[in-house]
Amino acid sequence: MIDLPDGIGLQAVPTASRLARLRRSGATILGAVLRLIDRPMGLLQRLIGERRMVYVFLLPNLAFFSLFVFVPLAIDLAYSLTGGESLFPSQRPYVGTEQYAYLFDCGSFFDPASCRVDHFWRGVANTMRFTVFQLVSMVTFSLVTALVLNMRIRGRGFFRAVYFFPVLLSPVVVALVWKWILQRDGLLNAGLTMIGGQKILFFVDPGWAMFWSVFVSVWAHMGFYTLILLAGLQAIPADLYEAAQMDATPRWRVLVRITLPLLWPNLIVVIVLAMIRGVQTFDEVFVLTGGGPGTATLMIVQYIYETAFASQVQNFGLAAAASIVLGVVLFLLTLAQLSRTRSAS
Amino acid sequence: MAGLTLRDVRKAYGTVAVIHGVDLAIADGEFIVFVGPSGCGKSTLLRIIAGLEDVTGGEIAIDGHDVTRVPASDRGLAMVFQSYALYPHMTVYQNMAFALENMGLARAEIDARVRRAAGMLRLSDYLERKPKALSGGQRQRVAIGRAIVRDPKIFLLDEPLSNLDAELRVATRKELAALHAEIGGTMIYVTHDQVEAMTMADRIVVLRGGRIEQVGTPLDLYNRPDNLFVAGFIGSPRMNLLPVQVVSPGLVRVGEAGEPIKVATGPLATGASATLGVRPEHITLADGAADLTTTIDIVEQLGGDTYFYASAPGLPQITVRQNGQALRGRGETLPVRFEPAHLHLFDAEGAAVRPGV
Amino acid sequence: MKPIQLLRARRRNGHWHWTDIAAYAYLGLGVVLMFGPVMWLVLSSFKTQASLLEFPPSLLPLSQQEVRVEGFPQPLPLFAATLDNGERRELAQIRRIGLIAQMVDPADPKRQYRVPTARLAPVRHLSFVTSNYTEPLQKFAFTRYLWNSVFVTTIATLITLLINSMAAYALSIYEFRGKTIAMLMVIGTLMIPITIILVPVYLVITKLGLVNSLWAVILPGAATPTGVFLLRQYMLTLPRDLIEAARMDKASEWQIYWRIVMPLAAPALAVLAIFSIMWRWNEFLWPLAVLTRSESFTLQIGLNAFQGELQTQWNYLLAMTVVSLVPVALVFVFLQRFIATGIANTGMK
Repeated sequence: MIDLPDGIGLQAVPTASRLARLRRSGATILGAVLRLIDRPMGLLQRLIGERRMVYVFLLPNLAFFSLFVFVPLAIDLAYSLTGGESLFPSQRPYVGTEQYAYLFDCGSFFDPASCRVDHFWRGVANTMRFTVFQLVSMVTFSLVTALVLNMRIRGRGFFRAVYFFPVLLSPVVVALVWKWILQRDGLLNAGLTMIGGQKILFFVDPGWAMFWSVFVSVWAHMGFYTLILLAGLQAIPADLYEAAQMDATPRWRVLVRITLPLLWPNLIVVIVLAMIRGVQTFDEVFVLTGGGPGTATLMIVQYIYETAFASQVQNFGLAAAASIVLGVVLFLLTLAQLSRTRSAS
Repeated sequence: MAGLTLRDVRKAYGTVAVIHGVDLAIADGEFIVFVGPSGCGKSTLLRIIAGLEDVTGGEIAIDGHDVTRVPASDRGLAMVFQSYALYPHMTVYQNMAFALENMGLARAEIDARVRRAAGMLRLSDYLERKPKALSGGQRQRVAIGRAIVRDPKIFLLDEPLSNLDAELRVATRKELAALHAEIGGTMIYVTHDQVEAMTMADRIVVLRGGRIEQVGTPLDLYNRPDNLFVAGFIGSPRMNLLPVQVVSPGLVRVGEAGEPIKVATGPLATGASATLGVRPEHITLADGAADLTTTIDIVEQLGGDTYFYASAPGLPQITVRQNGQALRGRGETLPVRFEPAHLHLFDAEGAAVRPGV
Repeated sequence: MKPIQLLRARRRNGHWHWTDIAAYAYLGLGVVLMFGPVMWLVLSSFKTQASLLEFPPSLLPLSQQEVRVEGFPQPLPLFAATLDNGERRELAQIRRIGLIAQMVDPADPKRQYRVPTARLAPVRHLSFVTSNYTEPLQKFAFTRYLWNSVFVTTIATLITLLINSMAAYALSIYEFRGKTIAMLMVIGTLMIPITIILVPVYLVITKLGLVNSLWAVILPGAATPTGVFLLRQYMLTLPRDLIEAARMDKASEWQIYWRIVMPLAAPALAVLAIFSIMWRWNEFLWPLAVLTRSESFTLQIGLNAFQGELQTQWNYLLAMTVVSLVPVALVFVFLQRFIATGIANTGMK
């Protein structure tokens, strides 16, 4: 910069020196902070030895894990075995498996109305229905999208981005966007009346409410699964296709006999992840339909949340018992995924 | 600068022992080279000295102080890694200053040391560069510079030249030797290349399978190998090793049909099998009576020297080195004589048989 | 769907297979379906309350033109009126009585007309109602929510980066007693979503006295198993020689971590930072459970509360939704590729 001709140099030099000064002072501050941490850490190392320092590094993270995952898990169990309304386990009377018995007290497991805790079972039924519909449409659409995006398409990056961007949106935003479109006087009903149809009250009809819950969930998360599948597709060596071409294989046969089998590991990941997500669904549906109409889109997690926090009587015991049941289901699904990824790698 | 003593150093990974009790004394200021084929434990031994590996048994002492349990950072040694291990996010200057900062030296002192080392290694113009922007040779010099600035008790060098191309390797070899002469520190240098060992070492330690085979000056090892392994390992091209039988005390016969050759057979009994070692340069072309008559397989004309690779029935291929340009072709017979003063005899276990033993 | 080579062949001889047309049709539909709703949200957020309630809605934010007419203190709305004699004129409405409106000609204020409202059409022009954005800033605790969200996101991400990288460093560089147990703990955490332990974490937060504090949102999710895994995988690829060289250079273990490993793990840290920002900015269930006072609401909770309370004030709600979208949109525009590869490599979100 200093070597530049005068006119430019005169202006450039102060900026450069200011920048340098800024950087130097920044470095000085950072250096000071570093020395502040370095010293005690070095001292600690002298004290406990190099070998034991590893535990110092592990400690914060594991402390957080313990405090906010493992201890709560134990408390969860304690909650589910105790009754009363107190938040503090010590003030709660032991009731054994009463909460579970209450939860599972059903005339018939196929009819939520016959259960004492019918909302929980409605949640179970809704969640199962939601998960199945969501899984099927999610896998179908993300697979088709991935296959299309894997073609030599002009503007592939753009299209990939288009399908991907809702993934980043918050569930609340996603739900509000669609709520705004689906409301009585919304864009969709305007379109319907324009083509001569009738307005539909989407959130008053149970079937429509469930349909849109699934639709919005697929809309929001499809891009994520598409990416996983696209990565799998791009990992398939091109010479396999060349070989197939040399053998004059029809396109559909290439898809069925080469692409899909080689994509299978990624598909499994997608299926299991979509299943786990489906079972845990809460926020989008909650903001979109509030669980309604009635209990038509009430999911298990919403039931747990409302039982523990949003109802008149905060029934922590029942919520915990429901959590544990949900946890067991999720655990089994995760195990399936882990064993799957193990065997894949 | 300091001396180093290893006493019965052992190392095992689980049940697999890789170092089987090494004893070694290294004097202050010595340039020691650990040499051996890959997997011989030379790098492990160096890392044990560095403190990067724990020992399973034995004792390491620097200047008489036991450092066996002292962590690497406190041993006061410096190491040049095979990969150089330059910190990629730091400039050359920062790379060299890092250790000094850790030692808590004053800024001015750090600056002086870094600049002095950089000058010595012709790196002064590159101090603000990151390692990525340097050539292989420059990176190598930074790695050495990082060790020099520390003014360590002992320099440890783990195959520092193996990532350089042949020409640069020869040049750097000489620079390293000159550097050692200049700063005079104790250096322990690991290589699998016996030429590097021969050219640089004050003393060479030949390792095989986690054991020391022989320790000595380069010429010691060359002239008086203790065993077959050292004999075969040191010297290029390799020493010819021919199976022989003791005909009578002081006389062996090469193969089935060869003439008897005079060599000290020591305690070997008549009829015992042994191995006769003779270096290619100690075989001469015979005018008259030959020790062995061979047939030329391959001729290599190097200009200054000529190598013949010749065979005789029942014997491994024999390498013969002749000064100058010997004009003989493939398929010609080549009668040779072995220089009696430079013959080595090894018993069936591979140990050297020496007169008077 | 088919080999790339076949497509190249198609390009060469100019044939279009039906699948190509189907693919572009699918993608075109996708653009409408994926982008449309958000575009609609943004357009709607600039509409007046009145035009939001209109049916059928107009595509663009239009608002009725108003004119100042001599003799009237207020500006009057402008209509295109069809007069009895079939003449069309632009008239300003003075008042409306039942189905009849009393109109005035802005060009000639002395002439007034009575026109049935059925023969009036509002004169509208494109206008972006920015007050939807500026008013919530004054009227509601919107800035408070925004600040809360920024605070939570920033602090939580910093803590996450620090403690996750420390754990990842320990689990990738060292061999030590209990390593398997530590790894199992991390994997175990991976399997336990916050939904399961909502209530007891709430208890822990209560015991710590943090209910309604932003720290209640920040702390429980600070240690993420995914983050530890991501960083560990990356740190495993760093050359061991560097660590050992640093150790030979008398660096303490902390210095090795902070001055060697952290700078070198910057790419992985960046990925985790982006993920963490996304997680935190969008987090919903846990803040919903633990934040009950509106002054500690984050943006998402605020939005949710807002849509519950003020069904009618869609104009503000939509505008606030757009604002909450902005950081995510920025992240998307600049780091899309980065995030995409991150997800493709780790399968996490």
